[in-house]
Amino acid sequence: MNAPADAAVQDRAIDRSNMKVSDEIAVELVGMNKWYGEFHVLKDINLTVNKGERIVICGPSGSGKSTLIRCINRLEEHQKGRIIVDGIELTSDLKKIDEIRREVGMVFQHFNLFPHLTILENCTLAPIWVRKVPKREAEQTAMHFLERVRIPEQANKYPGQLSGGQQQRVAIARALCMRPNVMLFDEPTSALDPEMIKEVLDTMIGLAEEGMTMLCVTHEMGFARQVANRVIFMDRGQIVEQNEPEEFFNNPRSDRTKLFLSQILGH
Amino acid sequence: MSGTHAHTVAFVADGKLPDLPPPPGASGAIGWIRENLFSGPLNTILTLASIAVVALALPGVLDWALFKSVWNASSLSECRSIIAESFGEGQGGACWAVIRERFDQLLYGFYPAELRWRPNVAFVLLIVAIAPILFDNVRALAVGAAAIVALKALAGAAGVVDGGVGGLFGATTVVLAAAGALAWFFGGGAHRRYWLMFSAAFPVIAYFLLWGGLGLEPVASSRFGGFLLTMIIGVTGIAASLPLGILLALGRQSKLIFIHAICVGFIEFIRGVPLITLLFVASTLLNYFMPPGTNFDLILRVLIMVTLFASAYMAEVIRGGLAALPKGQYEAADAMGLTYAQSMRLIVLPQALKISIPGIVNTFIGLFKDTTLVAVIGLLDPLGLTNPIRADSNWNGIVWELYGFIAFCFFLFCFGMSRYSMHLEGRLRAGERR
Ligand SMILES: Nc1ncnc2c1ncn2[C@@H]1O[C@H](COP(=O)(O)OP(=O)(O)OP(=O)(O)O)[C@@H](O)[C@H]1O
Ligand SMILES: [Mg+2]
Repeated sequence: MNAPADAAVQDRAIDRSNMKVSDEIAVELVGMNKWYGEFHVLKDINLTVNKGERIVICGPSGSGKSTLIRCINRLEEHQKGRIIVDGIELTSDLKKIDEIRREVGMVFQHFNLFPHLTILENCTLAPIWVRKVPKREAEQTAMHFLERVRIPEQANKYPGQLSGGQQQRVAIARALCMRPNVMLFDEPTSALDPEMIKEVLDTMIGLAEEGMTMLCVTHEMGFARQVANRVIFMDRGQIVEQNEPEEFFNNPRSDRTKLFLSQILGH
Repeated sequence: MSGTHAHTVAFVADGKLPDLPPPPGASGAIGWIRENLFSGPLNTILTLASIAVVALALPGVLDWALFKSVWNASSLSECRSIIAESFGEGQGGACWAVIRERFDQLLYGFYPAELRWRPNVAFVLLIVAIAPILFDNVRALAVGAAAIVALKALAGAAGVVDGGVGGLFGATTVVLAAAGALAWFFGGGAHRRYWLMFSAAFPVIAYFLLWGGLGLEPVASSRFGGFLLTMIIGVTGIAASLPLGILLALGRQSKLIFIHAICVGFIEFIRGVPLITLLFVASTLLNYFMPPGTNFDLILRVLIMVTLFASAYMAEVIRGGLAALPKGQYEAADAMGLTYAQSMRLIVLPQALKISIPGIVNTFIGLFKDTTLVAVIGLLDPLGLTNPIRADSNWNGIVWELYGFIAFCFFLFCFGMSRYSMHLEGRLRAGERR
């Protein structure tokens, strides 16, 4: 499962010169709780993410990983505690929500490109309508990011004409076009074939090298080892353990983490 | 070949196999006929039976409708005697003379004859208003207008129609020619915006043309009738029920409990009541609720009822399209910071409406045919006109020709809508899928 990830990482040495963690706080969760009806999905989540951090969140299925990162841009509403993004506290104030969503890019497991728009239109839509960027400028930005994810030649095709890996790279470019400060990834590679996982991970590594703040739900442990500066393990709605990747993989402290790692790494 | 023996396990292809044409009989016309008409015993029997039915019925129908029909007569009995004279006693033939004599009435009802150029101009403008909505550019208008004007000139020169070439300078033809010329020079996609502006203004223009005002002689609603009335109710109902249906469908999805409840209540109520009931409410009951002395136009009341009725169905069709959209589309739009209105307009509705096209057009067609129900409350749409025509002693006893003609006209409209929706689906599909 993690073989392609390792392959991606082995292709080139990672340039760490821009991967600096600053003192400024990008995202802060304080005593955050969420319920689905009676079901307590997220329990007392405390998490501070500084600018430039690359955080990988892992854990068994149903542990609440997706719910956690979806709370950060209010795709899900939390019921207790505080979420502060870029100094803006998430409340039910729609203005604040829109403000935060502008600063936070998200990449989904199933890409969620807009099938009725071309690749270029997918990338320029939000800048034009949300950031009010002139069309010409938005297109230039979009082409810039499409070049960065290495598919500028697909700009005028429709998403249905692209492979899964290409679609996911477009989705990343689309999020970047909004010039976000934080990027959220929810299992960006788990709907992809092995050979496409590599190209998407490569793109994400490139992003990390440029110093992007990233929260990434993934089971690509090779990626976590090489890129993350912190790995968070969740189970049953709780953050069970967090540590630097080296320590996390070599010396897991909790039994649940050990069990999870032994299952996922196949030891 | 490369010696692939059954027992050889290891095998490497040593070259590319050539592309061969399919064997004869697998493609082309013969292939198609064999595949679709004679693919098995059952299919063959059905094909032969169908051919037999058509062969038996067609000559009789053609005989009646065309070969033994009468176009010039002033009464049904005259028709019958002409048929008996030319084809022998006891022969049946259609008496289209009734359509010929009552054609204007079937088109306009009792709209004053000297003012009928106004509905004609309105109809031409309707086509001009619809074209940019339906198509990317309106160049086809120029071709259509040129063809019609040319035909009219020819017919005038040949003396087939009254007025000779001078008939070319009637208001309708002039408007048609002007629209055609504009479409020729400014019909490209780049100018579509301006054509759409005209579409938006069209309802107001049409209102004044049809009902008068602004210096035009007023015409009372009671004089409207025939296909003019059908078009007014049908087109207004279609144009108004789509946006209203979209709003209702979105309202039904709303998390705001009050809006949701109102929309659900409205949709369920309207769908639970027959249209005729609503029309009776429009024609009689509504007046009790109005302050005495107000004269709320009957056609307007009917328009409102028909629109409300169709919009409830439309809302449910569109709700189906909304539900068919993957949740991820809403989430992606939200995650990018689009407002609710933006995500609906740019992301959700374009896709949901596309999915709903068959259902939407189905509702349009149903609405268009339902306009005939207004005959029940005394409006003289084509069906409503059949009664006075059949009550005329000249045409007493005529049935098939009148209803057949009306049915044929309705069929043309509905079939046209159906074909357009298929065209639209194909066009939208071509863009997105591989
Ligand atoms: N809309 C919802 N309503 C009710 N329960 C939900 C809803 N969405 C998720 N859940 C439940 O919340 C829990 C956490 O879901 P979540 O999707 O966050 O898990 P996850 O860690 O992302 O799992 P996976 O690895 O399978 O994606 C699960 O038990 C799930 O069944
Ligand atoms: Mg998940």
